[in-house]
Amino acid sequence: MSSAGARIAITASGVSRHFGELAAVSGVDLSIARGEIFGLVGPDGAGKTTLMRMLAGVLRPDAGSITLDGIDVLADPEAVKPRLSYMPQRFGLYEDLTVAENIFFYAELFGGAPAERRARTAELLEAAGMAPFRRRLAGQLSGGMKQKLGLVCALIHQPSVLLLDEPTTGVDPVSRRDFWAILYNLRESGVTIMFSTAYMDEAERCSRLALMHAGKVRLCDTPARLKQAMPGVLLAVSAPDPRAVRAALAEAPGVLGVLLKGDHVNLRADSTARAGEFAAILGARGIAYTAITPEAPGIEDVFVALTGAQAAS
Amino acid sequence: MFDRILAMLAKEFIELKRDRWAMVRLIAPLVIQLVIYGYAATFTVNHVSTAVLDLDNSQVSRALISHFVATGRFDIVDYPSSQAQFNRDINTGTAVAGIIIHAGFAKGFANGAGAPLEVAVDGTNSNTALIALGYVSQIVGVFEQERAPPAVGGGIGAAPRAVNISLQARPWFNEGLDDRWFFIPGVIGTLAMMQVISLTAFAVVREREMGTLEQIMVSPIGRVEFILGKTVPFFLIGFGDVALVTGLGALLFHIPFIGGPLVLMLGSTLFLLAAIGFGLLLSTQSRTQQQAFALNFFIVNPFFILSGFAFPIAAMPVALQWFTLINPLRYYIVILRAVFLKGVGVAVLWPDFLALFMLSAIMLVVSVLRFQKSLD
Ligand SMILES: Nc1ncnc2c1ncn2[C@@H]1O[C@H](COP(=O)(O)OP(=O)(O)O)[C@@H](O)[C@H]1O
Ligand SMILES: [Mg+2]
Repeated sequence: MSSAGARIAITASGVSRHFGELAAVSGVDLSIARGEIFGLVGPDGAGKTTLMRMLAGVLRPDAGSITLDGIDVLADPEAVKPRLSYMPQRFGLYEDLTVAENIFFYAELFGGAPAERRARTAELLEAAGMAPFRRRLAGQLSGGMKQKLGLVCALIHQPSVLLLDEPTTGVDPVSRRDFWAILYNLRESGVTIMFSTAYMDEAERCSRLALMHAGKVRLCDTPARLKQAMPGVLLAVSAPDPRAVRAALAEAPGVLGVLLKGDHVNLRADSTARAGEFAAILGARGIAYTAITPEAPGIEDVFVALTGAQAAS
Repeated sequence: MFDRILAMLAKEFIELKRDRWAMVRLIAPLVIQLVIYGYAATFTVNHVSTAVLDLDNSQVSRALISHFVATGRFDIVDYPSSQAQFNRDINTGTAVAGIIIHAGFAKGFANGAGAPLEVAVDGTNSNTALIALGYVSQIVGVFEQERAPPAVGGGIGAAPRAVNISLQARPWFNEGLDDRWFFIPGVIGTLAMMQVISLTAFAVVREREMGTLEQIMVSPIGRVEFILGKTVPFFLIGFGDVALVTGLGALLFHIPFIGGPLVLMLGSTLFLLAAIGFGLLLSTQSRTQQQAFALNFFIVNPFFILSGFAFPIAAMPVALQWFTLINPLRYYIVILRAVFLKGVGVAVLWPDFLALFMLSAIMLVVSVLRFQKSLD
């Protein structure tokens, strides 16, 4: 195997999948290095789940090829399974089984020495802050706990590639923190992690990310370079009525895009020099504002600039 | 691979153990249906409420009436005094059957000119009516034989005419023509089939709904291992069903068990495999438990009706007779009745065993293949 092959954990080339007329995923190319935390970012319906399921080998693509750890997933799905862990958007737990029984069941499916398994179960439960809940029925756990239990089950066989589909959606902040702590630890030990999210703030946590929209990967780079790649500059306009600001400036000369951000509006403009012109327009219309300041773009601004769509934030 | 099947089995049994109502849900329907079929479902009609209008009022006519009463088939609820009252009895449902002995009955009976007897039955329940009519001709036939002066021909001009040639029908294997003996072997097959098909289908669809199926499929467990781990418990439950109903049938209804237990076990094994195959196939066609429920209904009911359980297959239209060929219950009921009542073995029953074997093999292969497809 070439040195490049050894460093690459996941490749997808030309991967497509249709459901009837709908192109859920079309022509996706990805190359993810070993030890990366790779984010797949896009709004609902972008095709994240469909792409992840194909990478995990549970859904066959119509076209394209996929390799995981150098193994062709389509030709030899069984060979990938021991190295791979895929955690679906809703991890399937047996609600009538206790936390420990669920972990034990998934561990059994993958085999391995019992002593090692016990040690790993204890370690993972500890890391997830779930050690006191070993005997609780999975059905009686909170949403965040269920998701962490899913992660523990998914990690019990020490996979080298981890595919997580929206792992933190609907998870409370404390559980989310535990979750990320576990993932960063795994990366230390060389595990490749790919996760999808509709939360733009989580996207900042990854080494690289792909922006996905309408079945296509629009851009793929490090968060810092993606932000640089955004055409134009960003001006934040704070105002008591941001909607009025948006309405007033949306069509103004030099404005490339507007994004409502709660208490302010992010204007994407061709130059910071436009600030004075915008202030004049607002003044002429009698719309109050507190400040117009240049702002560093976030992932969401980049996403909106590239796709024209506003994702969940 | 054995470890993984064992892991599946252990999980299934823990789930079953945690399900507090599982035992009730499994056993109660069996017992209830067995009791219903044992006590209520019968073709024998007894105690038909009857009105008798005796216009002859002779010694012979009274003797005939006492014949009717003596059989226990007819309960005389009214002796109307007029034709109008007789009609009212039938119309209001006070009596289901009515017998009119016309004037001159005794005279006609004695001189062989024909004794006028009229029978009216309420045909709204055609089954009961036909059966009751059959009894009337039987009773009249016996009465005629006993009473008729040997020299004189003719006989009674009953509406359902008593035949002069007495037909000696002696049913084999079930000499008392006890309907229970006929039904209960069929009940075993029907109940086991209903339970195994629906349990299998629901269990697999539930894993699909819960998302655990997708989870399991990314683990190294194979499709066949998964299916084995998933269905072995239902196979055992099916066997338990057969044993339980057989035991209760013997205990409560004294059903004979003349044949060999091994013949029953072989037949049950093949039958349960076929039922599991149908359950799996059903699960591959259903995304949700509701869909599985509806499909289950559409499979199990025709299988039940077209099994020969109650309605003879030979009397069905040819197209339906063809359909019964893929009905595992059809063969199993033949085997069950043979084992219980006739005591014959594989030497006689081999066509049914062969059919069940082929059916279960085909169903299992098809359902495993479809299962693979349905994961996408
Ligand atoms: N099994 C399926 N059958 C039909 N359409 C599907 C199926 N799975 C996904 N889709 C469609 O494909 C598109 C992408 O869905 P998905 O991959 O779930 O997006 P995301 O995970 O980004 O929200 C959606 O329009 C969805 O309705
Ligand atoms: Mg999704």
